[in-house]
Amino acid sequence: MKPVADPRPSPAALLERANREGRGRLKIFIGAAPGVGKTWAMLDDGHREWAKGVDVVAAVIETHGRAETEAKLADLPLLPRKPVLYKNRALTEMDLDALLARHPTLALIDELAHTNAEGGRHEKRWQDVAEVLAAGIDVYTTLNIQHIETLNETVARITGVRVRETVPDQVLELADEIELIDLPPDELLERLKAGKIYPQDQAARAINSFFIKGNLTALRELAMRTAADRVDAQLREHMAANAIEGPWPTQERILVCLNDSPAAREAIRVAKRSADRARADWIAVNVTSARQHDFGEAQRDRISTALRLAERLGAEVATIEAEQDTASAILSYARARNVRRIIVGYPRRRSVLTRWLHEDVVQNLMRRAGSFEITVASQLDAQLDPTRTLTPLQRPTRRGLIEAAGITVLANAAAVLADNLFPVASLSLIFMTAVIIVASRQGNFPAIVASILGFFSFDFFFVDPRFDFTITDRSEVLTLGLFLVASLITGNLAARLRHRATVQAEISERTNKLYDFSRKVAAASQKDDLIWAVVSHVAVTLRCESLLLMPNASETLQIVGGFPPEDQLDVRDQMAAQYTWDKGEAAGRGSNTLPTARWYFMPLKTTTRRFGVLGIAFDDDGALLRLDPRLMEALSDQIVLALERLGLTEDLAATRLATETERLRSALLSSVSHDLRTPLVTIIGAAGSLTDPEGLPEASRRELAELIREEGERLDRYVQNLLDMTRLGHGALRPKLSAVDLAEVVGSARHRMRAILRLHPLTTDLPETLPPVQADPVLLEQVLFNIIDNAVKYSPEGSEISLSAKTNGSLLTLTIADSGPGIPLEDRDRIFEMFYRVEGGDRQRAGTGLGLAICKGLIESMGGSIRAEATWPNGTGTRIVMTLQIHAPAAIT
Amino acid sequence: MTAARILVIDDEAPIRRFLRVALESDGHSVLEAATAREGLLAAARETPAMLILDLGLPDADGLSVLRDLRGWSAMPVLILSVRSDEAGKVAALDAGAQDYVVKPFSVKELLARVRSLLRDRNPTEAVPAVIDAGDLRIDAALHHVTQAGTALHLTRREFDMLWMLASNSGRLVTQSMILSTLWGPAHVEDSQYLRVFIRQLRAKLGDDASNPRYIVTEPGVGYRFIAGNDASLGDG
Repeated sequence: MKPVADPRPSPAALLERANREGRGRLKIFIGAAPGVGKTWAMLDDGHREWAKGVDVVAAVIETHGRAETEAKLADLPLLPRKPVLYKNRALTEMDLDALLARHPTLALIDELAHTNAEGGRHEKRWQDVAEVLAAGIDVYTTLNIQHIETLNETVARITGVRVRETVPDQVLELADEIELIDLPPDELLERLKAGKIYPQDQAARAINSFFIKGNLTALRELAMRTAADRVDAQLREHMAANAIEGPWPTQERILVCLNDSPAAREAIRVAKRSADRARADWIAVNVTSARQHDFGEAQRDRISTALRLAERLGAEVATIEAEQDTASAILSYARARNVRRIIVGYPRRRSVLTRWLHEDVVQNLMRRAGSFEITVASQLDAQLDPTRTLTPLQRPTRRGLIEAAGITVLANAAAVLADNLFPVASLSLIFMTAVIIVASRQGNFPAIVASILGFFSFDFFFVDPRFDFTITDRSEVLTLGLFLVASLITGNLAARLRHRATVQAEISERTNKLYDFSRKVAAASQKDDLIWAVVSHVAVTLRCESLLLMPNASETLQIVGGFPPEDQLDVRDQMAAQYTWDKGEAAGRGSNTLPTARWYFMPLKTTTRRFGVLGIAFDDDGALLRLDPRLMEALSDQIVLALERLGLTEDLAATRLATETERLRSALLSSVSHDLRTPLVTIIGAAGSLTDPEGLPEASRRELAELIREEGERLDRYVQNLLDMTRLGHGALRPKLSAVDLAEVVGSARHRMRAILRLHPLTTDLPETLPPVQADPVLLEQVLFNIIDNAVKYSPEGSEISLSAKTNGSLLTLTIADSGPGIPLEDRDRIFEMFYRVEGGDRQRAGTGLGLAICKGLIESMGGSIRAEATWPNGTGTRIVMTLQIHAPAAIT
Repeated sequence: MTAARILVIDDEAPIRRFLRVALESDGHSVLEAATAREGLLAAARETPAMLILDLGLPDADGLSVLRDLRGWSAMPVLILSVRSDEAGKVAALDAGAQDYVVKPFSVKELLARVRSLLRDRNPTEAVPAVIDAGDLRIDAALHHVTQAGTALHLTRREFDMLWMLASNSGRLVTQSMILSTLWGPAHVEDSQYLRVFIRQLRAKLGDDASNPRYIVTEPGVGYRFIAGNDASLGDG
């Protein structure tokens, strides 16, 4: 690699610094063993800051009853601890919320590796510290070297004591400052003997097990090295951030292969340490092959635990599919990712047979490594049983056993038949076939049963002397022996084939579900549909319970859907969900945050937007651990995509609605100012003339009065239309449907409109046999009124308006035609829109543009339809055609 | 023309004023009340011949006034209703109002309704044994109907229905009134019967429902007999 020539600071280093802006500073007092004086040193520093006037709070200090520590603590402000009840024992823990609320400048938090009592927000104290730092509070804390995750194994090897409380190495990287508290082993032992570390009786025990000079020396060295590494790292960071040139390590990567090796954990630790030292990225990869589908759940759990560990330690995690053999898959991946070093766990001991049957990945890697550097980690994980379990025997079902016996009996019958027909036939093949049939149908256990049954019945019935288990002919012994071996092997192979086929079917089912999921989710156009699709499909796909939480208008997270429906979460789950929402990180069961919750929550977000939180819950924890991270990722991606798409369409709809509302608002304004005022002008003017009737001839007075009445009626119709429109818009208009005689409604409309119809005769063509329609008589009359009124308005005086009806299947078609100028084709749909008026020149009497819109609303509320046509082929005349449902006689009570 | 004392309960002063002018021009005297309380007091003290009641009053629902009134008085009540309040109109008719006019209404229409409601009050104008309505002659005693001199053959129930409508000429006859009178109170809801019978009756009378000469349908409410009555109602 060529050296960086650009003198500007490297972006990565600046980014890391920026991340630290606004965050509190972390100082770790690191020691090789308990009792070296970390807490004391931390308090000492705390005092110094306190004396300088810094707002210091001792958030949690473990004095272990040491007198000098307690004395040192004496006058520092102390945060009261929070009492916690755990398994009926009263414990106290650091009060994280109180600390965040108190918000000091500097918090002293002892024992970084501490594990919190169950039920706290975080499982580990270092997570609490991370939150405190994120809140902008500086933290001083203490840590013993054996608690560092990647050193844990080494320390255990040195001292024979394994501590369970570990801190991930990145926490160390968070530290802005590390102070090594060093005490020579002799002095430490002296302090221990003097009872300054543990009470006398415990001290004696401690000396025997842990506090041996050799141990302490080794630990001291380890601690110094760690501190030095860190100092080195800080120096390099500083150099990078300030663009100081130097010999930069090439950007190489380290690859660790996770398979079912018992040394997988060690391999991860080795990889982590190497990566840290080389300041390189590292990738943990799991290679799946057809064979992996044979793995039992325990093995799959182990692999996914290992992957999780790697992820926690900062690795990029990948799963790759092996097309041919595992080794070449690893090597080609390594080449693609610019990897220099490959670390694998030492494989488990394998029998000669399996070694011959299956690929030896490590051997193959070594052989084909080329320029790669291969490291084999060999420290076995104590928790693992080093022997690999065979393909587990399927639990025999009664059906399987019966089938094994039955098919063997059939084989016997076939063999007898064959024996009689072709005496030379190789009868053992018949039994072999039986075994394969059983294996492929019922699995390996019944196949073994069938092999043994076949073996004995073959011997008994067909090997001379017949009807006896003894064998006289030596060659028959060979035949029988070979038969047994061959049938066991073929049985097992057939059974495995079947198992693989089942697994394959499961996988393709999962893929199908995923596909189905994406289709359903993509099809949901309403928010509620989408929510339902999401929760039901997550539940079905993962075989779990599922929940979707989204913020409401006031930004509080609430359950919007669940499968099975759920509307209540307990406090812990609520906290976990809230945490996921706030931080955008997974929380709850199986995670690092609030692991005692029942639900596992993951965020649904893109880089710029967060949508909600998806919760899943299983009955057993194993299922949660086995969750395929790729499947989860695919699911959440699809949900996010769908939510985003819906958000976009909603935004679009909202914009369109806003535009439409704006248009209606201005239309309404102009309508009110024009249509409401014009009649008023006439009325007020005419009435004014009438109050002073001197000199007005009788005819004029009558005409003025008539004008007032007409204009008043027009005003009334307008107000009525506005009211109807409002009622339609609010859904307040609920039609009361009943059987209605169209003729009667026409009659009453005609009666009501007799004044209007004086100049426009209304002719009706209603067949005698017209069946009643399903309608609300009052609303239907209103519709007829509006349409006829409209026809009158737009057709010349004296011209006829015709109303006709006929049945058309289960519908009745009602047509009202006029002989006016007609409506241009392009306007025929739009005349049913609110405030839409066809430009008709000044001679036309202006309508309000509401009447037909109301008709459409009313007709549709009664289950009918309405459209406009031209009366004559040349496009003149307007014909409004309505359909209504014919009243079904069955409904008559 | 009968002159009567008419009580108007309406909270709108202009409407009361207009009603007073219109009713007084027809020879009636008018009592006015702006609230339900005043109205009921006036109805009790002054015993008017009929009541014109607005359904929307500031202090109480017009319907509750009607129910209160019906506890102690059988005076005819004409409801002033608005078009969008179909339910209120029907409820008022059920509660004992005789008829309604929809605001806005013409003076002619109002006076015609008032006249037909006041007709009963005059003992000298008791229901006659024979009604002549336009070209119809309906004889109650003989159960006989002729149209322009030609006898019509009506079933008993058709005749009863025609008689009921014609004897209330110009007045609203609600569906429930016809059903409970002719079929009995158990059939008040069976408006489908009524629809069928009205259809048959119209057919025999040669009346076109879409352009009625005799019986007008008041959608969702009832029927009104218009033949030979006041010109403002009969003139189509």
